[in-house]
Amino acid sequence: MREITFQRALEEAVAEEMRRDARVITMATDFTGDPAAEFGPARVRYTPISEAVLTGMGLGAAGSGFRPVVHWRMVTFSFVAMDQVVNQASKIRYMFGGQANFPVTYRCTTGGGMGLAAQHSQSPYSMWMHLAGLKIVLPSTPADAKGLLKSAIRDDNPVVSFECSRLAGVSGAVPDGDHLVPLGVADVKRRGTDVTIVALAYYVQEALAVAEALAGEGISVEVVDPRTLVPMDVETLRASVRKTGRLVVVDEAPATCSAASEIAALIAEDPETFGVLRAPIRRVCAVPVPVPYSPPLEQAALPSREDIKVAVYEVLKDSPRRI
Amino acid sequence: MASDTPQLLQMLRTMILIREFDELAIRLRVAGKIYGAVHPYVGQEAVAVGVCSTLTVKDRVTSTHRGHGHCIAKGADIRRMMAELFGRVDGYCKGKGGSMHIADFAVGMLGANGIVGGGLPIACGAALAAQLEGRGDVTVCFFGDGAAAEGEFHEALNIASVWRLPIVFVCENNQYAANNAVGVQHPLTDISAHAAAYAMPGVKVDGNDVLAVHAAATAAVSRARRDGPSLLECKTYRWRFHAMRAAIPPETRPAEEIAEWTARDPVARLERHLLDRGAVSPAELEKLRAQVAADLEAAVAFAEASPFPDPRDLLVDMFAD
Repeated sequence: MREITFQRALEEAVAEEMRRDARVITMATDFTGDPAAEFGPARVRYTPISEAVLTGMGLGAAGSGFRPVVHWRMVTFSFVAMDQVVNQASKIRYMFGGQANFPVTYRCTTGGGMGLAAQHSQSPYSMWMHLAGLKIVLPSTPADAKGLLKSAIRDDNPVVSFECSRLAGVSGAVPDGDHLVPLGVADVKRRGTDVTIVALAYYVQEALAVAEALAGEGISVEVVDPRTLVPMDVETLRASVRKTGRLVVVDEAPATCSAASEIAALIAEDPETFGVLRAPIRRVCAVPVPVPYSPPLEQAALPSREDIKVAVYEVLKDSPRRI
Repeated sequence: MASDTPQLLQMLRTMILIREFDELAIRLRVAGKIYGAVHPYVGQEAVAVGVCSTLTVKDRVTSTHRGHGHCIAKGADIRRMMAELFGRVDGYCKGKGGSMHIADFAVGMLGANGIVGGGLPIACGAALAAQLEGRGDVTVCFFGDGAAAEGEFHEALNIASVWRLPIVFVCENNQYAANNAVGVQHPLTDISAHAAAYAMPGVKVDGNDVLAVHAAATAAVSRARRDGPSLLECKTYRWRFHAMRAAIPPETRPAEEIAEWTARDPVARLERHLLDRGAVSPAELEKLRAQVAADLEAAVAFAEASPFPDPRDLLVDMFAD
């Protein structure tokens, strides 16, 4: 297996799908590399800075037989296209009674930690989860990024691919060949027995680092990555919590109405899982402020490994470990 | 030029059908037989018919909240439209959309839309698909004067011009954006003036003259098939209210203005044209109107015979498999 970066894996995913299917086209204000050299200017569209029309064009072209990949660049810019995301993309199939499919993929970077301050450090996937009608992927490794994006492009529904900025340069092994990761399947990134950490995107690797450190203290942490937020693989999450009896959810979005809140609710609402919880669920999320610029302030706003470790200690303190 | 009698009679029939469909929809809403909101197209029939009579079934259109006329003119089945208004399973959207979301992808009607300006980006995407397919199909995007104040209008015209998309932007300037007069919403009351900023032809036409609309649309569609986009502004007037729910809202527009526009009835105008040419007799017109009435009666019967959706199917159509 090759080691490639998260960013490279995403570019490979789009290029492979464009090679595989002539109906895949891509639109963005800019591209990494020069995809037009291989695929031509008809299928690789450099666009005006017009997020609303791009987002809607993705739908219109998808409903007319193509598979557009629309890149918003940063999720921040998708807010300029709110009508097309909220009123159109998430509802168009259902409100027309399933007459047509809309196989469009929207890509964007997400998350903080890059010194980009309030607007360009957001993690608003739960806003899109709330809409009921968009599939949402949020990978944490280069292999998952590639496999999920390829599956997203082949999916017959609007899918939003949230691509964590802090992971762009991270390298990892990616299987050769036509590597697909199905939508809606979580992945247990580390097996453990005492505490389940459900972590998202960048915080999967942070949770794994904390798990490694805590192993030295005799604490066995299981790290689960949902990978897809819609549809959520709730069975894998519940199975892990039923095994450990304790849950910490880690994400860099603020906790209010967040993916972390949804995960906590999905665990707590299930009678069988609730019945074996040995401690209250903990969420480790960003402080609810616009992400600030200055490094000490930004670090204070976003979750840290120390925050994760403290949360693990707390859920263990709330109830003794099973021997 | 639409000059042959069979085509003109077909256009007249469609205009009468659109008018009577929406007058019936108003009565059905008042009677509580249908739900939600109704936005009647009455008075604007020449626009939908004049434009859609220049299209093939492969050409696509996007519509607005006031969309029944576009559906009928593009060839949708009034029985399935009526069933949708009744919220029944045989409606175009299986009862999930209602008046504001009727679509018939099989005839290239890509959907009404509850958001002013919301259809313009989608229309550009359909036009991009047609451009990539290279078969000479076009997209027509219907919208009102109100949409010209939306950002999506400007984004759409800009990109359509830059990419020379095969699209015709048809502005139905019915003089009111919801309940606000065009003159207090725009510095220029000619929406077609915007075309110059996007380096495309902007044409203004009497939207109550179906022959004039047809001729202007023929030129714009022909240009779209070969060269790229244009903006066609049809000056017209909605005879009825902007929207109703349970009750018909009070009229707020000046009585003289309403009288002036209703005197320019697009249906009566085409009827006169055909009668003056001897292309149709008064008796034949009566027959045509009777046939429309019978078709609408059959559509209501079809809708009423169709079952309501099963609540157990609530989640069907959320996602494609």
